Amino acid sequence: MQIILSGILKNNPVFVLVLGMCPTLGTTTSASNGMGMGLATMAVLIMSNLVISLIKNVIPDKVRIPSFIVVIASFVTIIQMVMEAFVPALYASLGLFIPLIVVNCIILGRAEAFASKNSPLDSILDGIGIGLGFTVALTAVGAAREILGSGAIFGMPLGIADFTPLVFVLAPGGFLTLGYLMVLFNKLAKK
Amino acid sequence: MVAVLFSITLIASAGVGAVNMITVEPIAAAKAAATEAALGQVLPAFDKTEISEQTIDDMPIKVYTATQNGQEVGFAVESMTKSGFSGVIKVMVGFLPDGTINNVNVLQQAETPGLGTKMCDEGNPLLAGVKGKEATGTFKVTKDGGEVDALTAATISSRAYLDAVNRACVAMMNVTGQEAPDGVSGATAVAENAEQAEEPVAQEGVQNE
Repeated sequence: MQIILSGILKNNPVFVLVLGMCPTLGTTTSASNGMGMGLATMAVLIMSNLVISLIKNVIPDKVRIPSFIVVIASFVTIIQMVMEAFVPALYASLGLFIPLIVVNCIILGRAEAFASKNSPLDSILDGIGIGLGFTVALTAVGAAREILGSGAIFGMPLGIADFTPLVFVLAPGGFLTLGYLMVLFNKLAKK
Repeated sequence: MVAVLFSITLIASAGVGAVNMITVEPIAAAKAAATEAALGQVLPAFDKTEISEQTIDDMPIKVYTATQNGQEVGFAVESMTKSGFSGVIKVMVGFLPDGTINNVNVLQQAETPGLGTKMCDEGNPLLAGVKGKEATGTFKVTKDGGEVDALTAATISSRAYLDAVNRACVAMMNVTGQEAPDGVSGATAVAENAEQAEEPVAQEGVQNE
């Protein structure tokens, strides 16, 4: 439980560790995109953490990173195929960002910093925690940008279409939203 | 060391292969269902479609000739454009046998959310501007001297949309044997399926729904 909570609050990958900024800024144009990206990353993270934790004693130190990457890339490919098969709409909207999960530094970071030193169970919990933290952060950024930029949340119009500074859906708005949410999160987390 | 890395790679590729075998059918089914749904949206009721393929401006265009009880009820053209604001836009354009546009469905786009993505909405100005109009292949936004209202703040996306629709019109005219008007980019198009191109258009006895 401690591990999960730490992943969401103390070690929140987006707001505290500031890792994985590429998908954070790229996919959060709407709340549902952010959430889909977060969940896909979480699935990869849990599975790669588990497997890396299981095989950590077999892997020689010199080929540690290549082995991790092979494991992560395989899971990303699997997730990609599963998403294309069963949630084609989400797959279409996330597009290029799915294969880019491979190079998401959160996943390699957790493999290196946590899974390769801890038991499989703890590694799964860490995957869930960090994954949830990432999902919550992406959903929050996505929701804020969607509300401000297109006057809707999860695709449902809020009836404020007159006040929708479009910049929030575009890249600069991503940086602005992320910055302010980061400030807010750290302010609240300190209390 | 090498052996360990090799075996990890081997196991990983076996796993990916296994998942691929499981998902290859659902992926194909999902794609077929998407095409089927798009055809249903842009065409009147039909029970059979025949596919012919063309290449216009180096882009592959598919023309589905839909028939109901052996009578032509319309054409659906899967067209595309490379001039989108971000990436390729693919549309499915449905034509009635009298040469008017029945409906347009956007299959794939990566336009700016909230701006260009409005081309997918029901009753957006672009769709309203081409729906029910005669498919001459010369649609233009008002800014370029045409009659179609562009999406607000998304002129590039709107131009791309009309470009794809115009290409679909040309493909449809190639199939039905009509002459494409001068100045349309697709006038040099190659009809790869001569059989389809020679087929006369059934103008009479068509059920318009």
